[in-house]
Amino acid sequence: MMTATTGARYNTLYGIVAEFDEAEQVVHAATEARAAGYRKMDAYTPFPVHGLDEALEFHDARVPWVVFLMGLTGCCSGFALQVYTSLDYPWNVGGRPLISWPSFIPVTYECTILFAAVFGAVFGMLALNGFPRLHHPIFNAPRFELATQDKFFLCIEAVDPKFDREVTAQFLSGLGPTHVSEVEN
Amino acid sequence: MDSTINTNPPAPGNDPTEGLITGEHTYETITDKVSSIVINQRKQPLSWYVIFGGAFIMLNVMMATITHLLFKGIGIWGINIPSGWGWDIINFVWWIGIGHAGTLISAILLLLRQQWRTSINRFAEAMTLFAVACAGLYPLLHTGRPWVAYWLFPYPNVLGMWPQFRSPLVWDVFAVSTYATVSAVFWFVGLIPDLATMRDRATNPAAKVIFACLSLGWRGSAQHWQRYEAAYLMLAGLSTPLVLSVHSIVSFDFSVGIVPGWHTTIFPPYFVAGAVYAGFAMVLLLAIPTRAIYGLKDFITMKHLDWMAKIMLTTGLMVFYGYMVEAFYSWYGGDPAEMDMMKHRMFGPYGWAYWMLISCNGVAPQFLWFPRVRRSIPALFILSLIVSLGMWLERFVIVTVSLTRTAIPATWGYYTPTVFDWSMFLGTMGQFLFLFFLFIRFVPMIAIFEMRDLLHKSHHDDTNGNGHGVNGHTEAPPIGTQTTIPAGAGE
Repeated sequence: MMTATTGARYNTLYGIVAEFDEAEQVVHAATEARAAGYRKMDAYTPFPVHGLDEALEFHDARVPWVVFLMGLTGCCSGFALQVYTSLDYPWNVGGRPLISWPSFIPVTYECTILFAAVFGAVFGMLALNGFPRLHHPIFNAPRFELATQDKFFLCIEAVDPKFDREVTAQFLSGLGPTHVSEVEN
Repeated sequence: MDSTINTNPPAPGNDPTEGLITGEHTYETITDKVSSIVINQRKQPLSWYVIFGGAFIMLNVMMATITHLLFKGIGIWGINIPSGWGWDIINFVWWIGIGHAGTLISAILLLLRQQWRTSINRFAEAMTLFAVACAGLYPLLHTGRPWVAYWLFPYPNVLGMWPQFRSPLVWDVFAVSTYATVSAVFWFVGLIPDLATMRDRATNPAAKVIFACLSLGWRGSAQHWQRYEAAYLMLAGLSTPLVLSVHSIVSFDFSVGIVPGWHTTIFPPYFVAGAVYAGFAMVLLLAIPTRAIYGLKDFITMKHLDWMAKIMLTTGLMVFYGYMVEAFYSWYGGDPAEMDMMKHRMFGPYGWAYWMLISCNGVAPQFLWFPRVRRSIPALFILSLIVSLGMWLERFVIVTVSLTRTAIPATWGYYTPTVFDWSMFLGTMGQFLFLFFLFIRFVPMIAIFEMRDLLHKSHHDDTNGNGHGVNGHTEAPPIGTQTTIPAGAGE
């Protein structure tokens, strides 16, 4: 069954979205669309579907790097904090050196993890994903609330060079979706 | 639903997802089952009000105690020289140890690819947060002047002073505050996709707006999932050494000092094992009533309880090994003060606590070797209570016995808690339950998207010819297209 919602204004079309019942179907559809030459597209799924990023040929390796760099920053700044404070407020404890580095390890270690986790993994991931974001055109897609529940969506965007309102809709309908709809901006 | 109370699951095969979801479920029924607890606010069970009401009263007892403490000072507690650390430090260590099981479930089991963590990780992480909130109160109040607790942190000030970074107590400030922060963000990141589900299912407009803000605009994009999973794995990889370091540093508070019974290298590993041991007991104490009250027996199955009991047994054996090594080294080390302390610990005025500790942590968990005990809910519940008591006694024995029997006989003494020690301890339990029951009412207590993923994986195992599927019908059409009635509809 297929229902096509007609967009009111052609020039504000964001893309055409197909809804699937199964994770495998959306992976298959993404692979087919990629083979047919589409590049500007994204899939929306209720859980991370493995194989989908390969099908979309999308890979972003920046998150681990951000985590690493932030961890390094935390490590250096944690150690530097202790060295600075020990020199700024010198306190002779039994003749031990002011910069008694072995006792600085625990705090250095905690600062490494704090920076890597909070600034790297969390803020880094959110920033790369563009969050927080108030609105996105894909939310105009009919039945899109099911993308966070039990349905799988593939959207081919209007900015794709190969995009054609009729042809792309026809193409998506051939991949076994339950619905194909136009999405306005 | 007869399948939900199946205490005798079929023989396990090689399928790692076997028995983790019982009953017939689809993506839709899982989503509905978990999210409806939050969405149908009017349908809260009576037991929620009973427990929450009791917890609220105890929370107020804590507030009254704190108020009295702020007026009078920490002298209202039983602490005094020689025992400057009493229940405040005992309870601090007890609570923070309980929190560690949440991180173990969410991080370490994720790295080890243990599928069974999925349905219990969310509320185990919440338990971590609330346990750390209870733990944090004790050292804060024990400073005597909690309104200047920010002095603990290094900040430029007119006094020209800085914290002393060679002290384990300063390490503790960094460890516990990092742990609280990282646990909170780990929990929140895990919640984002489920908050988006709640946004899309909420019927109340105000709830919809709140969930929409909290979900940060999550739309389930494949590109976002890829970065999300990378970040989540990174967080797990960072939390694992963090949780080990936190309780190691807590143990440094003791072992760096030269007090008899504290100055030993076994402390860090044995404290960490004890933390996980107590924490799993608390997870069981929370999971057993919650799954019954909210009809979640399809998701928190007997298999989960069985495996948690096995981890409790394993860590319990490690802890017991720690007790034996402590006793051995105080004899083998040959230090008269150490030997005297150990004799005092076993046969002195606190002997009752030591032998209760051995019965709770050494003897009682041995019952978990029997599968029948691990699959009996009353037995597990009682054993978890015993373990919680045992781990509290462990800290009591470590703190109190050593402080009242140090190397100088002139400082020997006896420690007795006051009524305010009791009201503070019961009060933090009230705070813990208060926060936990708010959580289960307003936040999806099971990671819905991970359950969908688990269902997808278990379905895959079916179609790959494994024979006995989780859903019980291997010939079924693809999961999402089924029109089965929600399994929990009758509950």
